[in-house]
Amino acid sequence: MVNDNSKVPWVYGNETNAVHAGAHPDPVTGARNTPIYQTTSYVFDNVEHAADLFNLQTFGFIYSRLTNPTVAVLEERMAALEGGRASVCTSSGHAAQFLTFFTLLEPGDEFIASRNLYGGSITQFGVSFKRLGWNCNFVDPTDPENFRKAITPKTKAIFIEVLANPGGIVLDLEAISMIAKDAHIPLIVDNTLATPYLLQPIKWGADLVVNSTTKFLSGHGTSLGGVLTESGKFDWGADDKFPSMTQPEPAYHGLTFYETFGDFGFTMKARAVGLRDFGPSMAPQNAFYTITAIESLPARMDRHVKNAQAVAEYLEKHPKVSKVSYAGLKTSPYHDLANKYMPKGAGSVFTCQLKGGYDAGVKLVEGVNLFSHLANVGDTRSLILHPASTTHRQLTDDQRDAAGAEADVIRLSIGQESIEDLIHDLDEGLSKV
Amino acid sequence: MVEQIPPPLFYDDDDIHKILKSTNIIALVGASPKWVRPSNFVMKYMQGKGFRVIPVNPSFAGKKILGETVYATLADIPLKFDMIDIFRSSIAAAGVVDEALDLGPDSNIKTIWMQLTVRNDAAARKAVAEGIQVVMDRCPKIEYGRLFGELGWSGVNSGIITSKRRKFS
Repeated sequence: MVNDNSKVPWVYGNETNAVHAGAHPDPVTGARNTPIYQTTSYVFDNVEHAADLFNLQTFGFIYSRLTNPTVAVLEERMAALEGGRASVCTSSGHAAQFLTFFTLLEPGDEFIASRNLYGGSITQFGVSFKRLGWNCNFVDPTDPENFRKAITPKTKAIFIEVLANPGGIVLDLEAISMIAKDAHIPLIVDNTLATPYLLQPIKWGADLVVNSTTKFLSGHGTSLGGVLTESGKFDWGADDKFPSMTQPEPAYHGLTFYETFGDFGFTMKARAVGLRDFGPSMAPQNAFYTITAIESLPARMDRHVKNAQAVAEYLEKHPKVSKVSYAGLKTSPYHDLANKYMPKGAGSVFTCQLKGGYDAGVKLVEGVNLFSHLANVGDTRSLILHPASTTHRQLTDDQRDAAGAEADVIRLSIGQESIEDLIHDLDEGLSKV
Repeated sequence: MVEQIPPPLFYDDDDIHKILKSTNIIALVGASPKWVRPSNFVMKYMQGKGFRVIPVNPSFAGKKILGETVYATLADIPLKFDMIDIFRSSIAAAGVVDEALDLGPDSNIKTIWMQLTVRNDAAARKAVAEGIQVVMDRCPKIEYGRLFGELGWSGVNSGIITSKRRKFS
């Protein structure tokens, strides 16, 4: 046996991964569903076993801040769904972003981010990260060359949302990933609004993917969570840009993470140092809800995009609506990119603008009955929000406009309800405008 | 001369499983006494799973690593072993394979395993011609963890989809 090319392993589809990846019948009891391991800690066989675990020399469980068997099922499932090598779960999507950059950057380093991001990310990167010495430069992402122009010797990563929230824009992922490769820096994609069912960024060249599992993945508005997935393909050792991966780690007795753990070294480091020393771990109960929800992710996303398409087409024709920003519409300037990267549908979160401006927006948000007025997306329920006064409130007017959250913008997250009911509800709401 | 990119390596899970289940004694070439080195990690882990691991490293011959005496060469090891695990460069792996083949057909060596990033197709073909199975660019610790259910505990994608109960050894 040198190399048996006849034995190319079968590759399972993502509908199968959504149901099976990471989960197996319990080896002791045979329980088919994943048990909730609601435990803080795990017994050691003996002192040496404990030492091996603390030294990361063997696989196993110490304390649920680092690893937990229920959370591990979700981690492996997300790694499989994203087509990646390994994942680490966190308490929220924001925590996943923090862990990513903590593992990547040294104080004084820079990264480039799309200016079309979830408002909370813009504040996290632009204000709070700055206090840690991590400097973010925001660029207009609709021309990929803007990323190339912004690269400096201190740039250590590019961060984008391919399907951006809000604004309904779709970025040219493949072109941006080539720019990151040319500069030998990792491309990080926030895949929250697409989910790995609609888009697998790693297939197009992304190196790291973050998801807020709070949204479509947990899907029912029950559980906060985040996850970082690594492709396993980025060569951290090709130059000296990433000492955190290639130099002996003082927080781990001089262990070198890339050398020791290879293609899953980044998530190992994010876990063993990031989760250990900062503590934003996912609760096992939340992991359980999310694992259960992911089993129906493909079916839910199919319905989400079908409903979103119908609502967007309805709104586009409504006389009181001035603009609908949904990449699934043929009139969208991002329609071709959406077809290329997300042929199954352009998600179910989009924005519209009313001819009556800010006041009309407020009347619509308060005038609907079925849509819930709240600050989340990716729920089974349809949601409505006025970003300028909520999620994007902390931004300056310029930042807000650049992010696609102008004062008259209404954000919709289309749920699973009967499509006739959603259109009826919006019709009633718009009649009050 | 155009350098050819070697084809990707595929190994059947059942074949790797059989190797790990049938191996008892591993000669680990390139063993390090420093506990933070990957070779030391692998030796410690495989010992914990019931394998006997004999370290080979000429710089530390006669000393001990993880309780086992270190030998300078494969030929110096005074007992028979089933598998060689090579922690050397791809080029140096050829010399280790030659050393192994020099031990002759009575040596009992069934498997030559080259670690992650180590691959030497010419050396592998030589060994296979002598009836020795070869695994390249893989880590026995990671494969053991993957096939016996431990790797996923660290969020790593094992690629294993099954509705059967897993066995842990």
